Amino acid sequence: MTDILFYILSALTLVFGLLVVANPFSRNPVTSAMFLVMTIVSMAGLFVLLHAFFLAVIQVMVYAGAVIVLFLFVIMLLDINEEEKRRFQVFGAVAGSIGLLSIAGVLVKTITTSGIGADRSPSLEGSTPLLGEALFTQYVLPFEIMGLLLLVAMIGVILLSKKELE
Amino acid sequence: MEVGLEHYLVVSSLLFSIGLLGVVLRRNLILIYMSLELMLNAANLALVAFSRFTDNLDGQLMVFFIITVAASEVAVGLALIVALFRRRQTTNVEDLATLKL
Repeated sequence: MTDILFYILSALTLVFGLLVVANPFSRNPVTSAMFLVMTIVSMAGLFVLLHAFFLAVIQVMVYAGAVIVLFLFVIMLLDINEEEKRRFQVFGAVAGSIGLLSIAGVLVKTITTSGIGADRSPSLEGSTPLLGEALFTQYVLPFEIMGLLLLVAMIGVILLSKKELE
Repeated sequence: MEVGLEHYLVVSSLLFSIGLLGVVLRRNLILIYMSLELMLNAANLALVAFSRFTDNLDGQLMVFFIITVAASEVAVGLALIVALFRRRQTTNVEDLATLKL
């Protein structure tokens, strides 16, 4: 049962991810943002299959709830829809796709032949209490630095968005 | 065949390649940012899979920190794009070639 779910969710993740970067029907950035939401949600399903329930919830809340909304705000603020008028460089696109396909082939071949998961079984139960305990004891310094980083990012964004930026 | 660590790593590497393809293929700065998010998510998936199959919680904590850094990175990056758009009226990378020799 979980194996079938894994195949369904990973197929959905990859198809939606492909539709984010190369949608044959629409070149509108809003469509890409919507497919990014679908990719994030399918990936949260994969996290649930890996028993990382807290991270699945965080993934949906932070990405689908905050990051994508930020993307949509900026897309609608800038009103970008002139991309389709551009000429498309066919040679560059084909060369880039071939290069990326070969990189993907090398990665997949390496993973499948390395035997990295040969004697491993899924064992960890990602319980939220254990995660919180590690976060506030062993990883308390990185946690505080994260808080500082968010403060710096907030101040930087306010400074960058000021009207009189020269 | 039972789903193991390799299956998750293959999905993760394919998603990473899709994100890299987006960075190479698209010419719009915002779409390049979305592709970067896809690549970060692929790394997150690999970390969670390793964490589950090696019985080690550190991978999940790493993902927690990566999500935080990605959120602040997107906020700053989009503010930069808005500031750039205000001066140049474009988000197309081919129009932003001031540093080109």
